[in-house]
Amino acid sequence: MIPAIVVFLYLAVVLYIGIFAFRRASGREKAEDYFLASRSLGPFVFLFSLFGTNMTAFAILGSSGHAFNNGIVTFGLMASSSGLVIPLTIFLIGTRMWALGKKYGFMTPVQMFRDRWECTHIGTFIFAVQAVLLIPYIIIGIMGGGTTLYAISGGVVPFWFGGAIVAMVVMSYVFFGGMRGTAWVNTFQTTLFLLFGAIALIVIGAGMGGFSSAAEALKSSPLAYLLSRERISPYYFFSYTFIPLSAIAFPHILIFCLTAEKMKHFKKTVIFYPLCILAIWLPCVFLGVMANRVTEVPQIRAKQEARRVLATQGRNMAPEQRDELREKAAGDDVIMLLLQQYAPLWLAGLLGAGIMAAVMASDSQILALSTMFTEDVFAFYGGKARFGEAVQVMTGRIFIVLITLFAYAIALRAPESIFELAIQYGFSGFAALSPLLVAALFWKGSTKWGALAVTVWVAIAVAFVAILQAVVPAPAPGPSTILWAPGGFEVLSRTPGGTAVLGFMPVVPMVLISTLLMIVVSSMTKKPDATTVARYFGGRDR
Amino acid sequence: MKKILLVVAVVALYILHQDIWFWRSSHLVFGFIPIGLFYQACFSVAASLLMWLLVTYAWPSHLEREVEIPEEDAPR
Repeated sequence: MIPAIVVFLYLAVVLYIGIFAFRRASGREKAEDYFLASRSLGPFVFLFSLFGTNMTAFAILGSSGHAFNNGIVTFGLMASSSGLVIPLTIFLIGTRMWALGKKYGFMTPVQMFRDRWECTHIGTFIFAVQAVLLIPYIIIGIMGGGTTLYAISGGVVPFWFGGAIVAMVVMSYVFFGGMRGTAWVNTFQTTLFLLFGAIALIVIGAGMGGFSSAAEALKSSPLAYLLSRERISPYYFFSYTFIPLSAIAFPHILIFCLTAEKMKHFKKTVIFYPLCILAIWLPCVFLGVMANRVTEVPQIRAKQEARRVLATQGRNMAPEQRDELREKAAGDDVIMLLLQQYAPLWLAGLLGAGIMAAVMASDSQILALSTMFTEDVFAFYGGKARFGEAVQVMTGRIFIVLITLFAYAIALRAPESIFELAIQYGFSGFAALSPLLVAALFWKGSTKWGALAVTVWVAIAVAFVAILQAVVPAPAPGPSTILWAPGGFEVLSRTPGGTAVLGFMPVVPMVLISTLLMIVVSSMTKKPDATTVARYFGGRDR
Repeated sequence: MKKILLVVAVVALYILHQDIWFWRSSHLVFGFIPIGLFYQACFSVAASLLMWLLVTYAWPSHLEREVEIPEEDAPR
């Protein structure tokens, strides 16, 4: 129970930071101050809060859980590819969005799209698709909170109650502190979970008597495949490099890019981003793999047994039985189990707080949704002009409460593991929306009809994948279930982890078709007025 | 020329992410880190160095200048 108390103390500190930010801003009920901290963040807060915003529950819980079952491939799949693609997109797109925000007062991506392509309701449609795709991300945070508090308290705090506490704390500091509170809390949290990886590695390594013997034992066991990628398809590995394109298309990341006081603050963020990812993911993935040698923990043994039964007998089981075994084999709490086994109680509490820090990254998504609703819908359709800016900020706060309650209700019912839920819906969808930003900022010839085609395509593709995976049950580990193979050529199949199109994850055709649609539809439709285009591209050659 | 070299460096690093040469190896570097994981960790450091090159040699300083001298026309 001591670790749980330390975590509760941590939650109180986080809440206080949010309320302190509220006091700092009191009397300034301006939308730009509440939603963007008056575009005044310094270099350190900007780096740490932007990075913290992008590190959700799955950075620690999901990554170690995925590594526990799939091995070292987890790091190459998500961490190192993100370390290249995300800072690159921040460098190319984030800086341009920042400049446009300063110049024209944009507070959301849709405001820029509406202005750039001279559109109204198409912007509203883009907002709606972004909002629907963002909600799973918020749900992940709440699910992670429930899982973590349950594990830290040794089952005393049930999942529903832990999720409720996390939802309440996040909602409160976002409600009061707005962007300033969220950025400060994120900075504090990022500092914590950067420390977490190193400390967890040292403590658990010492507890296991060093990693060399564990790694050697794993290498000579039937689980040796976890130390290489022999069971992973290179197509699947390549597909994952498309997923980090989602980061810059996530509205909360792009909105965060607008909060920097100066453009030079991006420099440190771009350079240090890959190293920050390395500092968090490397220990988590490594520990997730090594957890397979900790057979003295009964829960870990039970997970391995579930995995073994699924692999050997899964083909003869009903889909429901397979799902039940998958849930038993899921390793999202494996890091917590290692800490309980090897860390002293007080340290387990501190490290648990570090995990909570990552889990609670859903704050920025909640704030972003609120910003988008109040700016792209409420203000755009006349609410701001009619009722004033103070009512606009209050509307944003009410929206924060409603969206948190909604996400909590879903989190209680969602059966998917944290990792899969995020990847299959949110990440792929936003990655396929990234051509919107590239076209708006780098191609004079892009049009609102091209943007509409891309957004409709993304909505259909995400819905198709979600429905397909709901209707066709996942097969047991091993060969996929072929769904469409004209002339024996395998086009569409259901894999144990999701869906494959020509062997690739759906994100690959989704991004490529989005790009193609933008080019083809824009080429056939009327361009925006020359003066509008000139405001974005000036006299510079593009 | 500088920009072309940087683009080539970005593309090269992206290709190097697909390290098929260590695909099936479970060799342990320093006796405990699987070589596939070690390679990808080094890749992350290389990505950081590449970002430093981009920031140093291809920084879009024209954007900063544009913001300092705001245009009169605001969005509709």
